[in-house]
Amino acid sequence: MRITQGCFSFLPDLTDEQITAQVEYCLGRGWAIGVEHTNDPHPRNTYWEMWGNPMFDLRDAKGVMMELEDCRKAHPQDYIRLNAFDSSRGLETVTMSFIVNRPDNEPELRMTRAESRGRGQRYAWETQR
Amino acid sequence: MNADAKTEIKGRERYRAGVLKYAQMGYWNGDYEPKETDLIALFRITPQDGVDPIEAAAAVAGESSTATWTVVWTDRLTACEQYRAKAYRVDPVPGTPGQYFCYVAYDLILFEEGSIANLTASIIGNVFSFKPLKAARLEDMRLPVAYVKTFKGPPTGIVVERERLDKFGKPLLGATTKPKLGLSGKNYGRVVYEGLKGGLDFMKDDENINSQPFMHWRDRYLYCMEAVNHASAVTGEVKGHYLNVTAGTMEEMYRRAEFAKELGSVIVMVDLIVGWTAIQSISEWCRQNDMVLHMHRAGHGTYTRQKNHGISFRVIAKWLRLAGVDHLHAGTAVGKLEGDPLTVQGYYNVCREMKNEVDLPRGLFFEQDWADIKKVMPVASGGIHAGQMHQLLDLFGDDVVLQFGGGTIGHPMGIQAGATANRVALEAMVLARNEGRDIAHEGPEILRAAAKWCKPLEAALDTWGNISFNYTPTDSSDFVPSVSVA
Repeated sequence: MRITQGCFSFLPDLTDEQITAQVEYCLGRGWAIGVEHTNDPHPRNTYWEMWGNPMFDLRDAKGVMMELEDCRKAHPQDYIRLNAFDSSRGLETVTMSFIVNRPDNEPELRMTRAESRGRGQRYAWETQR
Repeated sequence: MNADAKTEIKGRERYRAGVLKYAQMGYWNGDYEPKETDLIALFRITPQDGVDPIEAAAAVAGESSTATWTVVWTDRLTACEQYRAKAYRVDPVPGTPGQYFCYVAYDLILFEEGSIANLTASIIGNVFSFKPLKAARLEDMRLPVAYVKTFKGPPTGIVVERERLDKFGKPLLGATTKPKLGLSGKNYGRVVYEGLKGGLDFMKDDENINSQPFMHWRDRYLYCMEAVNHASAVTGEVKGHYLNVTAGTMEEMYRRAEFAKELGSVIVMVDLIVGWTAIQSISEWCRQNDMVLHMHRAGHGTYTRQKNHGISFRVIAKWLRLAGVDHLHAGTAVGKLEGDPLTVQGYYNVCREMKNEVDLPRGLFFEQDWADIKKVMPVASGGIHAGQMHQLLDLFGDDVVLQFGGGTIGHPMGIQAGATANRVALEAMVLARNEGRDIAHEGPEILRAAAKWCKPLEAALDTWGNISFNYTPTDSSDFVPSVSVA
């Protein structure tokens, strides 16, 4: 099952050239980019593993692409995403996020249901390979 | 009107029993300089024939503060000069004979902290029925920071909503379930599931879906949450459905909101017609219960649309940001409902900016510092479709919910395909914009390129590509010629 989190999951997987263009867009706006990876794409899995800190003060997209390449080599079967951070007052959050690597076989999210009050159900999802 | 009629009378003469002009009673002061803590209202007034505009402006100030039609001696028991609102500037409306912009300043003491009900009872309580005016419209309002800080504002705000949903860097996508009346709970939930699975972030109850004989509210909530959670499981994304909690009493609204929470919904909605106090109450509840609050502006067109009388939607948007809503329907510019592009952008700026600068073409007459109160996510809904994606993104940027109801559910290949068409169109357009392409002009080409590999988008463009709603806007700026998109 194709996980469709992030900005561009409904498009064909981005080429490195396309990823570079998006990184340049982010750097041009003064955002710092962080590389993160995980093997658990659960929708509530907020904290993926950081591949180093967000790259503040970086000017050249090549820096991000090198880190991404290293992360891909180390975790080829993980999801990898690029997050852009904006530190401006009133934002101070992630302003863009998109997946740049996927495992060959993506897991399923199995939904479990448990009876609750009345006809209500308690729902939970479990990542299954 | 002679000079004396415009001059405040002071001392004993002022309080002799009888009737004075409003200006003579002290409600006009052309030399007044508003204080930083004053609230300023800008009215567009159309005085009756023969009524001097300055006296009319003074009357507006008087009737929206302390005045009554005759002199009362009991004024003298109070610091009455401070309670009097002061009209201090009257300008003819450019190109519209007989209409005037009048500026009125109100001292902060006139308003109860944190109560839109009190603010509106003062400012729009009496004056709109006042006989010496043919018509009056509240065009804009400057809210002093000291007053803004008495409100909690949106319970969630754009930043936190995005963090909760884990969705960044592009507009959110939604759709209103259609037909809006008649579906059973089970059928209704089917539409929700299809739309969300196909690629939308949100589905939505319409304004008049409450708890009618064909669908009890609890049934709807249960089936919708089954749909929402199932769609999350098959996409890996956080999804939501705006469960409308609008009801006949506040008690019933709380009951519905509690059930939505119990079922794990991330968002509830109310209609504007529930009234200011109910809005502030449900906002407080949302704040206590980690719930995003969607506001459907049902009914606003009755008083916002006509330029000569009523209240501009930009003022309603300001009040709603104070009252505390997270989503607000603010127009599409290109869709089926009223609003020229610049005026609509003005509403969006009221919702989203930290500080509004004066921007007359967009209808913003005052600088407005929002004092870090949270931002409201505007919602573009009503007659929009995938073929307009470049225009929508160009006009409104990323922080907006684009809602394609008919444009999803009416898709020839089905609801999922309709949702996918919108999602692909959006992602392709954001990608292209970020790559530096001129989407306003290259948009149709970008959409056609994506349609080559996405059949649902191709079908959407073939079905609706040429649909536009090109009518002259009723409510547009007085300071630039109006332009229409599409």
